[in-house]
Amino acid sequence: MTITETTQTAGRKRARANGAIMGVLRFLVVIVTTYFGLLAVTFFIGRVIPVDPVLAILGDRAPAHVVERTRELLGFNKPLYVQFFIYVKDALSGNFGTSVLTTNPVMVDIRRVFPATLELATVGTIIGSLVGVPLGVLAAVKRGSIADQIVRVVGLIGYSVPIFWLALLSLLLFYAKLRWVAYPGRIDIVNEYSFTPTTGLYLIDTLWQRQWSVFWDVFQHIILPASLLGYFSLAYISRMTRSFMLNELGQEYIVAARAKGLSETRIIWGHALRNAAVPLVTVIALSYAGLLEGSVLTETVFAWPGLGLYITNSLQNADMNAVLGGTIVIGSVFIAINILSDLLYRTLDPRTRAR
Amino acid sequence: MMHSLNKHFRVLATSAAMSLIVMAGAPAFAETPADTLVEGFAFDDIISMDPGEAFELSTAEMTSNTYDLLVRLDLNDTSKIKGDLAESWTVSDDGLTYTFKLKPGLKFASGNPLTAEDVAWSFERAVKIDKSPAFILTQFGLTGDNVTEKAKATDETTFVFTVDKPYAPSFVLNCLTATVASVVDKKLVLEHVEPVTPSDEYKYDNDFGNAWLKTGYAGSGAFKLREWRANEVVVLERNDNYHGEKAGLARVIYRHMKESSGQRLALEAGDIDVARNLEPGDMDAVSKNADLALASAPKGTVYYISLNQKNADLAKPEVIEAFKYLVDYDAIGATLIKGIGEIHQTFLPKGVLGELDENPYKLDVAKAKELLAKAGLADGFSVTMDVRNTQPVTGIAESFQQTLGQAGVKLEILPGDGKQTLTKYRARTHDMYIGQWGQDYFDPNSNAETFTTNPDNSDEGKNKTLAWRNAWDVPELTEETKAALLEKDNAKRAEMYQSLQKSVLEKGPFVIIFQQTEVAGYRANLKNYKLGPSFDTNYVGPVTK
Repeated sequence: MTITETTQTAGRKRARANGAIMGVLRFLVVIVTTYFGLLAVTFFIGRVIPVDPVLAILGDRAPAHVVERTRELLGFNKPLYVQFFIYVKDALSGNFGTSVLTTNPVMVDIRRVFPATLELATVGTIIGSLVGVPLGVLAAVKRGSIADQIVRVVGLIGYSVPIFWLALLSLLLFYAKLRWVAYPGRIDIVNEYSFTPTTGLYLIDTLWQRQWSVFWDVFQHIILPASLLGYFSLAYISRMTRSFMLNELGQEYIVAARAKGLSETRIIWGHALRNAAVPLVTVIALSYAGLLEGSVLTETVFAWPGLGLYITNSLQNADMNAVLGGTIVIGSVFIAINILSDLLYRTLDPRTRAR
Repeated sequence: MMHSLNKHFRVLATSAAMSLIVMAGAPAFAETPADTLVEGFAFDDIISMDPGEAFELSTAEMTSNTYDLLVRLDLNDTSKIKGDLAESWTVSDDGLTYTFKLKPGLKFASGNPLTAEDVAWSFERAVKIDKSPAFILTQFGLTGDNVTEKAKATDETTFVFTVDKPYAPSFVLNCLTATVASVVDKKLVLEHVEPVTPSDEYKYDNDFGNAWLKTGYAGSGAFKLREWRANEVVVLERNDNYHGEKAGLARVIYRHMKESSGQRLALEAGDIDVARNLEPGDMDAVSKNADLALASAPKGTVYYISLNQKNADLAKPEVIEAFKYLVDYDAIGATLIKGIGEIHQTFLPKGVLGELDENPYKLDVAKAKELLAKAGLADGFSVTMDVRNTQPVTGIAESFQQTLGQAGVKLEILPGDGKQTLTKYRARTHDMYIGQWGQDYFDPNSNAETFTTNPDNSDEGKNKTLAWRNAWDVPELTEETKAALLEKDNAKRAEMYQSLQKSVLEKGPFVIIFQQTEVAGYRANLKNYKLGPSFDTNYVGPVTK
């Protein structure tokens, strides 16, 4: 009997292991097809746009023979599918080509611009969640009150007013008039060479190297664009929090909790929000991923040398290697954030944890 | 249901308020350092800092401030040339040999001595790597095979340059003021060359330091290039080995700022000293501010509308003339290009040898209608124009659309991205195009060549001049332009260009509208901040605070 039991357990274990392997395999297949699709679509769109990439590289004034030579050198005279094949082959060996605009290997460029966007998006999301979630809770708890209306209007403004306009206005107010924050850019020129950007996240680098005054300078540069992005995501986060909370507050377990005599604080923060948090994580994660793409307009107004600006600039100049590289990075970010939010889901929702 | 604000929320609200208060307590901002010039500048066009390769407008400014040339434009009279590294020069009687004598004791920023050998090698590498601007040198008959003979050092301070035809000396010398003729530090660059596998396209076994010089520096100019980070920053530092008057400031920092209003705010706040890309509205505000000043200079770029001669209607001489009467020059000058350009109808920009300051055309709808009737198009016709979706060209196109409409011509504007409209233009598939042309080098031949030569008008024509792009087949003018290159007498040469301009003014399919003015706003405490007549003469060396 014990023998059969052990074999049964072993069999179950094996089945579970097989299931896990299958899961991982399925996951890999999904990733590979996603990447391949991403690459193919971006590549072909990049090649069919009616722009001569050689012209983009050399400008209007280059003599004919230089244009011809460059076209051959870059393989633009080969059939499209051959070009794609070569690109994928190079990409698999980690070579994403060279950006014609910056003359650096694309990945070197991205390693430089991505931390700028990462830092901005992270601070922005933190601000957006820290303010947005409580506002959403407030709006749900006080549904129909003045507070709810105010949150609604504030949220709508953040979501519907063009962000570059808000950006310019806030620059005018907080920088030009009130002088609370620093001017466009990531850091003051005086501090440009005063620390080593190890991670590229200036806030962390300067803290780590105990450069307090530089940290303060970096903080003053990041706070306004990050607050704007925060405001933008706050709008969405607070609306979603409100509706999740309303949903939870109407549930029977809330009534039961009230009947039990629990304090409102515990009911709202300990029970309702706890349950609302599960879908909320997805909302915040998606909005974070959106910001990580790089907010082109915000980056333009604030002269923020981030990913969004890099890709847009490359796109305008038909610098397709850079665009493809950037797209892959954004794709990876999306996949990574999806996995992370799945993991968070599991810790927040005991039902998913059991399986 | 009444719920009081709970404890958690109160804590959060308080901390949010706290952080606002902390922000409010931020100290007042420092001005830019006294020994540093900070410019807000959109320099996203820079792709390489190698003077043998760079051909972009922003790079021209960086190169001319960090490298030296044999000769430079005389800024007091830009139809003349003055020595830079060269103390003197002579031209042989047959007009083929130019002998330059270098100033004594020249040094690179690296400390290496600067000799005629460096000059010769700089020419050699520019010709051999053969990048976009190389034609400015190779048009004198230089090739990879003969360059070491045609451009060589005969002793430490003597450089001899041999050209293939007896060109006008002004033409040769003007071309040598282009940044492609900058002198690089041979010894330093040779330490950084990378091997290359020779091929049919590139016959040499090394890159002449091209890869390194894209971001590196090996010059002798008033400033050294310390760093360029694409779309972020360019940092120049004073070169204490400079042969001329030492730069007034220790450092010049160009910050990439794309946005006009951002530049203006930073300028007003004193966080930058110079704003380089102001739009008319922001320029107005700057001009009204007592702490700020404006610098401006006409640049060698002209804006024009062209009529593709492949279109049968547009090829009629009366239509060409009529269109020149259908531009509201006055209104455009007073509004759309106010401060950033001035009406200019000839193809040579002001300041260039042979300039012709004639603006005979005015908006005259009646006259245009008459001409259209003569062409058999009294009822008008429809035509398209490719327009880059930026200002001021979009505004000008819309104004033109209106005035054409008054004469019964229906203009459809096809907006597009710059690279896209240009690709179409270069394929000659447009009807009309509105664009600009900037001089490649500061000599009348640069614009004359593009507006008036078209050696092969077939679709396979290799020489994509503006005349070719608009299928304007002009063998006589092509010859005239060539002849002007060989005219030794400067006054006669100038006359030849004036006659060419008159021809284009009368019958060319180009409606030339205005010449660009470059404007910069700067803090009034800056001294000697000036813009030059070209993008490679915006010198920052004399600036002080």
